[in-house]
Amino acid sequence: MSVLLLAELDNGALSASTARVAAAAAQLGPVDLLVAGPRAAADQAATIAGIAKVIHAKEAVLADGLATLLAGLAEAYTVIAAAASTTGKDVMPRLAAKLDVQPVTDIVAIEGATRFVRPIYAGNALETVTDLQAKHVLTFRPSAFRPAASGNAAPIEALDADIVSAARFIAAHRTESDIPDLSTAQIVVGGGVSVGSAEGFKLVEALGRTLGAAIGATRAAVDAGYAPNDWQVGQTGKIIAPDLYIAVGISGALQHLAGIQGAKKIIAINTDAEAPIVKIADVALIGDLFDILPKLTAELEKSGLKR
Amino acid sequence: MKILVAVKRVVDHNVRIRVRPDGTGVETTGVRMSMNPFCKHAVEAAVQMAEAGHTEEVVIVSIGPKPANDVILTALAMGAHRGVLIETDQALETLAIAKLLAKVVDEEKPDLVLLGKQAVDDDSNHVGQMLAALTDRPQATFASAIKLAGDELEVTREVDSGRETIAIPLPAIVTADLRLNTPRNAALPMVMKARAKPLAIRPASELGVDLAPRLKVEKVSPPAERSAGRAVNSVAELAAIIADDVNAMEAI
Repeated sequence: MSVLLLAELDNGALSASTARVAAAAAQLGPVDLLVAGPRAAADQAATIAGIAKVIHAKEAVLADGLATLLAGLAEAYTVIAAAASTTGKDVMPRLAAKLDVQPVTDIVAIEGATRFVRPIYAGNALETVTDLQAKHVLTFRPSAFRPAASGNAAPIEALDADIVSAARFIAAHRTESDIPDLSTAQIVVGGGVSVGSAEGFKLVEALGRTLGAAIGATRAAVDAGYAPNDWQVGQTGKIIAPDLYIAVGISGALQHLAGIQGAKKIIAINTDAEAPIVKIADVALIGDLFDILPKLTAELEKSGLKR
Repeated sequence: MKILVAVKRVVDHNVRIRVRPDGTGVETTGVRMSMNPFCKHAVEAAVQMAEAGHTEEVVIVSIGPKPANDVILTALAMGAHRGVLIETDQALETLAIAKLLAKVVDEEKPDLVLLGKQAVDDDSNHVGQMLAALTDRPQATFASAIKLAGDELEVTREVDSGRETIAIPLPAIVTADLRLNTPRNAALPMVMKARAKPLAIRPASELGVDLAPRLKVEKVSPPAERSAGRAVNSVAELAAIIADDVNAMEAI
């Protein structure tokens, strides 16, 4: 089975998710990676292990243009795949309908060439499906797969096609920061509405900085204006699978728990020993976050972490 | 302008779901059902556009068994004008749903179709995008703000890197995210009035769409359970645990 994979870009740069979904795609067959962005992103994509060829196309970010571009290449491939990111979610169902294919999306495990596992009901159940179609349109959840190694030098082929879109891009409103990408971070520190204010949330950010962690927030904390929307973790925000998740002042609403089920280890800091998050945490410290966080951050600063 | 809003009846989002022990699916009999939360935001957006004088008619469509009438009535009580139920007892895949909706779009010719970005049962997040492809219309998914500007819509979308604004010409497809608005709870008089609004019921088989599934569901299983670990009593103890974990991590 030959695979055409859409590379995940972030503001024109290759996203860390790409190596993860490339590892997933490589389980199905040789992978050609489509990079619709700057040449530098294509060059970097060519280093990902397991990529047979990089196809470098003109920059495109809008769903209709990307779907048309992919549809034009689809004939030569059995599988057309992408990350289950907001781009992949936007583009791939549109492509699938164009090709008259029922897509299988947000795949968290591959059990065979056509057998896939995907979460439903916000991760409260897992559905295993066999895709009976001749062509497959798939998206993979990046956090569910370990990234492919680098060191490859795949050939890069330029594709000159113009990409036409009925939609027009007006502006990006990005949250600029130098903290790691939430959906692929190894450590995440998350804050809930109990931090009380945007100022209070800074305590969560300080702990995150000390650990080199990404910062997450509950929907309530985002709605209250304590944290930007792209930090939201949960059913309607980002799904994360870090090695370590530290939940600060988070009670553990179902909505939020849906986003952290893939975390290897959960540490909870909470005043309420009966909070749902404490019931599923590997380690819990019961107490006031305003008292605990500054001390914890200072203690870790002193301990000389290897990061 | 005419708006079509597609809504889905799902297990109420406050219900803790139970996977059937035989692995055939999630228990839905005897479980409280309601309108998918994202669909409510889509209905609210349409009703607000009607209240602002941008829209003459808001038509609601749902696909499902007869009790799906309830979610259409909810939407009518919120202020929509008329409903259509495409009736089927079959569990349909998203491609079949999108094809049925494309037939309804052919007939109704709405300027704008609003949908929720995903349903909280199958979490697919497909139908709006598929409908856009099948009707060859532009799409704006995961909308947190919609502004009518001439014969265009300016839509702010919630994306992984924050937010972005795009413009799409009408006719178009927009899917709603949770921060788009705060859906109203219909007052009792509106609920009573909704029952008098037109609601057509049509069998799905009448629309000439191949509804056969393309995927075989092998099983549905519960996720691995997590159980409570241990409590620590001091910041120093917690700091030591975190430091050990972090130092033991292999860099990726």
